[in-house]
Amino acid sequence: MRGILTVAHLTLHEVKGRKVALAALILGVAFLVVFGVGLYFVYRDMIGGGLGFTPSRAQQNVGLSFLVMAGLYAVNFLMVMMAVLMPVDTLAGDIRSGVIQTLVTKPVRRASIVLGKWLGFWVVLALYLVMMAGGVMLIAWAIAGFEVQNAPAGLALMLLEGTLLMTLSILGGTRLSTLATGVMVFGLYGLAFIGGWLEQLGAVLGNVTTQNFGIIASLIVPSEALWQLASYVMQPPLIREVSITPFSVVSVPSTGMLVWALVYTLGALLLALRQFGKRDL
Amino acid sequence: MNSVIETAGLRKAFGSKVAVDDLTLTVGRGEVFGFLGPNGAGKTTSMKMLLGLVTPTAGVGQVLGAPLGDVKARAKMGFLPEHFRFQDWLSGREFLRFHGRLYGLAGGVLTRRIEELLERVDLLDAADRPLRGYSKGMLQRIGLAQALLNQPDLVFLDEPTSGLDPLGRFLVRDIIVALREQGASVFVNSHLLSEVEVTCDRVAFVKRGCVVREMALAEQAGDVTVELKLGHVDAALLAGLAQFGRDVRQVDGLVRLTASDEATLPDIARWLVAQGVSIYRLAADHKSLEELFLEVMGEDERPG
Repeated sequence: MRGILTVAHLTLHEVKGRKVALAALILGVAFLVVFGVGLYFVYRDMIGGGLGFTPSRAQQNVGLSFLVMAGLYAVNFLMVMMAVLMPVDTLAGDIRSGVIQTLVTKPVRRASIVLGKWLGFWVVLALYLVMMAGGVMLIAWAIAGFEVQNAPAGLALMLLEGTLLMTLSILGGTRLSTLATGVMVFGLYGLAFIGGWLEQLGAVLGNVTTQNFGIIASLIVPSEALWQLASYVMQPPLIREVSITPFSVVSVPSTGMLVWALVYTLGALLLALRQFGKRDL
Repeated sequence: MNSVIETAGLRKAFGSKVAVDDLTLTVGRGEVFGFLGPNGAGKTTSMKMLLGLVTPTAGVGQVLGAPLGDVKARAKMGFLPEHFRFQDWLSGREFLRFHGRLYGLAGGVLTRRIEELLERVDLLDAADRPLRGYSKGMLQRIGLAQALLNQPDLVFLDEPTSGLDPLGRFLVRDIIVALREQGASVFVNSHLLSEVEVTCDRVAFVKRGCVVREMALAEQAGDVTVELKLGHVDAALLAGLAQFGRDVRQVDGLVRLTASDEATLPDIARWLVAQGVSIYRLAADHKSLEELFLEVMGEDERPG
């Protein structure tokens, strides 16, 4: 445990020392400012008659929900980027440079080193998600009094999505080069992404084959399914079925998919521990 | 237990390439052991097997009484890799703190140890600067401090003096001597033979993945070269000297011969005096490690 916490602390130091945290913070704040300013002017027009009519509160909520979900969709994408890119070089890079040699010859299990890095990056990822998604929700509430429903559940699902991709990125680094790991994880993410859309499109069109095809893609990488589930729980029933948008969910991923995503993440982590444990360094 | 390292038939093959064929050696407690060989002979892979960085394909070994790769035994081991690279966003002091914590040290004990070592490797002034600004020599010194944090019983140094300036080399030498005085053992990989000669108690020559010769340097077995400066030399005298050794020859006004033992020296002196020859110099030299190296390796495998 001491080893895990020391390596996690070292990892936090790395995120700070390599200016990852600073870049994420500055650009994150910039994102929230842009989102807030945009929302402010849209909402001002909404309630001030700038649209040519004054929508009812229910109609306002449809518009606000759309905007907030668009913000969260962008946050989701940024978080995916962070999840994959932050740890992509941590093992492969340390192995290539030789930094790993003085770590793994300490009285600490190799598994603790992987778990410590995993934990360190996970904390940063969670903080980033809370800052960004929480920021979007807070801005919507402060400016327009709009409350996202089931926010904690939605955030948890998004975090699970990020955790899954982050774990895949760490897993790749136990065996592949940095570049190959990046290509692999983004490739898998792309597969899940298109699979998720196929599933929704199939559901809208009533095409079961397309829908099942998409579900199979989600089984291979359940990341997009988790976003869809998150987006489903955070939207009121009326809005989520209006039309097909990146955040409309017609075919709702099942609880089975959620369990699968958890098992998948755990499996990827265990595989990473195993691979790194027996690798010659 | 009198040995800190004991291996039998350790072998490592990467695919079809055999890096280490048969590593069988014993390193005693308190011993400074030099592991010598040309580049590519398998020195680093051998060390990595002892450290648990690389899993042997075959063979067995024990380090500090524990099987290879044992996690707990590493608490009393130190290691400075050859191609040392460290977390360069950390300052020297932070670097030592993190590595000390990995050794299980903490609090005041660790703080005192860090300050002590920073002073020992002469990096107190640079301690709060990030490692990315360190020169190669400074990095090697902080790496050395890192390997000593836990007051190890056994220290592994992979080519510790390559790339260091003379001052850095003296420091490494001093540290090795100090470790021996404290009763610690040191396992040094090197191809810099003159360095090894002054620091090691025993050496092993490794050639194409096999230990081909092991020997203690103090009681270096074998021939001594005797060098004489005499008042008068003639053919009869040279013929007479032949009873004490072989290869009697005259070079630049000096007489040289190869004797099998240092014990011959007094005999030579007595005989010369009896012959009425004035002796201006009588000196004996062991073969240098370099000569031995070439002898063991053959002319085709030069050091470096």
